[in-house]
Amino acid sequence: MVKSELIARLAERNPHLYQRDIERIVTTVFEQISGALARGDRVELRGFGAYSVKRRASRQARNPRTGEAVHVSEKHVPFFKTGKELRQRLNGGTDVGDSED
Amino acid sequence: MGTMTRADLAEAVYEEVGLSRNESAELVESVFQEIGEGLVRGEQVKISSFGSFYVRDKSQRMGRNPKTGVEVPILPRRVLVFRPSHVLKDRINRSLSAKPSA
Repeated sequence: MVKSELIARLAERNPHLYQRDIERIVTTVFEQISGALARGDRVELRGFGAYSVKRRASRQARNPRTGEAVHVSEKHVPFFKTGKELRQRLNGGTDVGDSED
Repeated sequence: MGTMTRADLAEAVYEEVGLSRNESAELVESVFQEIGEGLVRGEQVKISSFGSFYVRDKSQRMGRNPKTGVEVPILPRRVLVFRPSHVLKDRINRSLSAKPSA
């Protein structure tokens, strides 16, 4: 499913709304989440999951081909942790527990 | 550092689209509902310039209770993976790692 298909499905379920409005809703939702993460905020969607930003410290690494040492500067990466309810639904309703590794 | 929730998303949709507050909240909910249903059916969900979600099957492996040290099997399971798009990663890095590191 890509974004346009998501919009089409939502439009089907909400025949009283303009497709244009559904598009703006979907765009707004992901734009808001992206904006929050760019500010370093968390986004918690109970049952679905939570987004956060993890900091990766700068480090010395090596170019695996040349063996040359390179400096990798600090970076921030978005991280998603699946919510309990969705995790259960993915596993046919059983609670398989939390084993993020 | 703040935390954004469904209520904030609903408020943003309310301001942006001009539906009622109630309907805005319902639609925000249905966005995640629809994505969840697709994933449960085993679909990959791709939101351009945000990221993609897909489900991975994991086979059984041995784990250990970290408190007691007892070995227990970790049952086969389906896990959800989110891969952020480059657009999202770059945006976060530009705003949070902007200071040149010494």
